[in-house]
Amino acid sequence: MAHIELRNITKTFGGHTALKKLNLEIEDGQFFVLLGETGAGKTTTLRLIAGLEKPTSGQILIDGVDVGDWGAAERDVALVLQQYSLYPRYTVRENLEFPLKSKIRRVPDDEIKERVGRAAKTLRIEHLLERKTDRLSGGEMQRVSIGRAIVRKPRVFLMDEPLSALDAKLRESLRTELKDLQRRLGATFLFVTHDQIEAMSMGDRVGVLNHGHLVQTGTPKEIYDNPRDTFVASFVGSPPMNLIKGSLVGGRAVISAKTFELPYEGLATSGADNRPLTFGIRPEDVVLESGAPVAAKVHDVENHGVEKIVTLRIDDTMLRATVPASTDVEIEQDVRFAWNPRKVALFDRNSGVSLRHAG
Amino acid sequence: MAAVTTSTERSLNRLAIVGVLIVTMIFLAPIYWIASTAFKPRNLSTTIPPTVVFTPEVSPFVKLFTKRSQLRTPPTPEEYAAAPWWERMVFDGGEKVVRDGKGNVQWSGYPSRFMNSLIVAIVSTILAVGMGTLTAYGFSRFKVKGEGDLLFFILSTRMLPPVVVAIPMFLMYRAVGLNDTHLGLIILYTAFNLSFSVWLMKGFMDEIPKEYEEAALVDGYTRMQAFFKVVLPEAATGIAATAVFCFITAWNEYAFALIMTNRRAQTAPPFIPSQVGSGLPDWTVIAAGTLLFLLPVAIFTFLLRNHLLRGVTFGAIRK
Ligand SMILES: Nc1ncnc2c1ncn2[C@@H]1O[C@H](COP(=O)(O)OP(=O)(O)OP(=O)(O)O)[C@@H](O)[C@H]1O
Ligand SMILES: [Mg+2]
Repeated sequence: MAHIELRNITKTFGGHTALKKLNLEIEDGQFFVLLGETGAGKTTTLRLIAGLEKPTSGQILIDGVDVGDWGAAERDVALVLQQYSLYPRYTVRENLEFPLKSKIRRVPDDEIKERVGRAAKTLRIEHLLERKTDRLSGGEMQRVSIGRAIVRKPRVFLMDEPLSALDAKLRESLRTELKDLQRRLGATFLFVTHDQIEAMSMGDRVGVLNHGHLVQTGTPKEIYDNPRDTFVASFVGSPPMNLIKGSLVGGRAVISAKTFELPYEGLATSGADNRPLTFGIRPEDVVLESGAPVAAKVHDVENHGVEKIVTLRIDDTMLRATVPASTDVEIEQDVRFAWNPRKVALFDRNSGVSLRHAG
Repeated sequence: MAAVTTSTERSLNRLAIVGVLIVTMIFLAPIYWIASTAFKPRNLSTTIPPTVVFTPEVSPFVKLFTKRSQLRTPPTPEEYAAAPWWERMVFDGGEKVVRDGKGNVQWSGYPSRFMNSLIVAIVSTILAVGMGTLTAYGFSRFKVKGEGDLLFFILSTRMLPPVVVAIPMFLMYRAVGLNDTHLGLIILYTAFNLSFSVWLMKGFMDEIPKEYEEAALVDGYTRMQAFFKVVLPEAATGIAATAVFCFITAWNEYAFALIMTNRRAQTAPPFIPSQVGSGLPDWTVIAAGTLLFLLPVAIFTFLLRNHLLRGVTFGAIRK
């Protein structure tokens, strides 16, 4: 198992910068999730750590050793890709044996057999061992790919959206299985995804990547409660945080164009008064009450089973609120709402950075 | 959908089958002609209209493999009775088999020409496909400086008809002593086929996801091992298709073989028609030689047919 550190990694492809001054540290035995939109540079980060790509500048350290000059084979990492990681001509067993048959590992035959058996049992693919891999379902293939990684006891597991090709139900069950597996093995995982639910539910720590910049790292709770900027705020959480323009006047949040105003009781931030701001409020911190200070019309209602997501319209400002499913609301109904004044986040409107993080 | 066929669909299907049969017969007609002539008695080989019904005989093949001369006087009955069955066939044709001083039958030039053809075609195919595969892999997987220009240059070697350079090539070959050698023809055919092989293999290599090798690299294999263990098996289809095309080109090549070789390294294509010129042409012998000449390509193609079917439709495979 290992400790991974990226120092000031920059990677350019021709004129295009895929990663810019990336600093990242993954503790031994940690489940680290790298979250980002498509094209953010997630795969590139994994390929750099695996040694399939060389950084334009910066250092990669595994257990404190600079591995810049090491080839992929020497780094002893395992990589699980979204697709294409199984050899179509081989059976499942041959695929699982493949990494163990490498000359640099020299695993004796009976140990190969035993390790493959153990991995197959862990992943519940014992009945598939003699099957050709092109006869497997997507979920089975993904299990075999993961199996190919765990037979090896690598120093770190790198996983590139291994679940994104699967249907929702399978994804959920494999998510739990993977997390279990990681705990049992005590392994270091770097898991890449564009799915914020995956990130929040699996990660010990989450790093949010935006256009090659690592915007924020922290525990899922830190990221959810205290997003560093409006990008993270709108990317993490479903439905996302409401972001509305306004300014702080005498301790009250005044929403632009004098649509409405509500109290603000967050951290006292010096110099927040009278400057263009973006207020962020999670939908669950918006409450509908008959006696609440602001009037709104119900624009839309989405029923999600245990809760409803209500979109409120105040002139032309939209605001989403989650309410219990038992609440009776109808479209175009007149309602009144308030927010939890302690949960309001302030972002600088120009830079998008949270005032709390800007310090 | 397929289960429900209307009667019009069925009759359309039948019509299509008839059409295919007719076209196939047109294509097979020359082959039938050669094959039937190869088994005809000599006097039936040039009749008009062509003889269709006849008793097949193997005398053309006997004549093909032996050196013969005209009989001035017919063989004595004792001579005839003492001769083995195949020699009698030669006697029946008004010829006799040439024997050396010790009485050993002299072979004709055909078997050695056939061997030359095999040697030259097989070796040049292996070379062209081998080098083509490695080159294509390099172009497909690595950043090569001036890749487009280099690939165009490789292709451009096919833009002139090769015969244009025949005379200078002949002079060069003679100067370095390569004319009438196997090596000379092998180099020539490898050079012809290489550009074709590189381009075809590049297409196949591009089709193989590079993730396969990368997975192998991460799993602890060197690039070389990954190439042999993962890429080559995936490229087998393409290699088979390329090999068939290269083999056919080398096997059938006529012009250079005619110019560059005359005896030791001569291949079958220039040899077979050269037999037409001596005396009255015996078309049955020429047909027999041609028929045998067709076999290796047919066998080779047949052996690789499964790969070929997938290879020729490449692009449609996988994904
Ligand atoms: N080999 C390459 N050549 C040129 N550009 C590349 C190459 N690989 C990646 N890029 C570019 O670098 C950026 C980051 O790519 P990367 O594959 O890391 O994104 P990603 O976060 O994994 O996205 P996705 O979620 O779609 O997989 C993209 O803009 C991509 O176009
Ligand atoms: Mg990716």
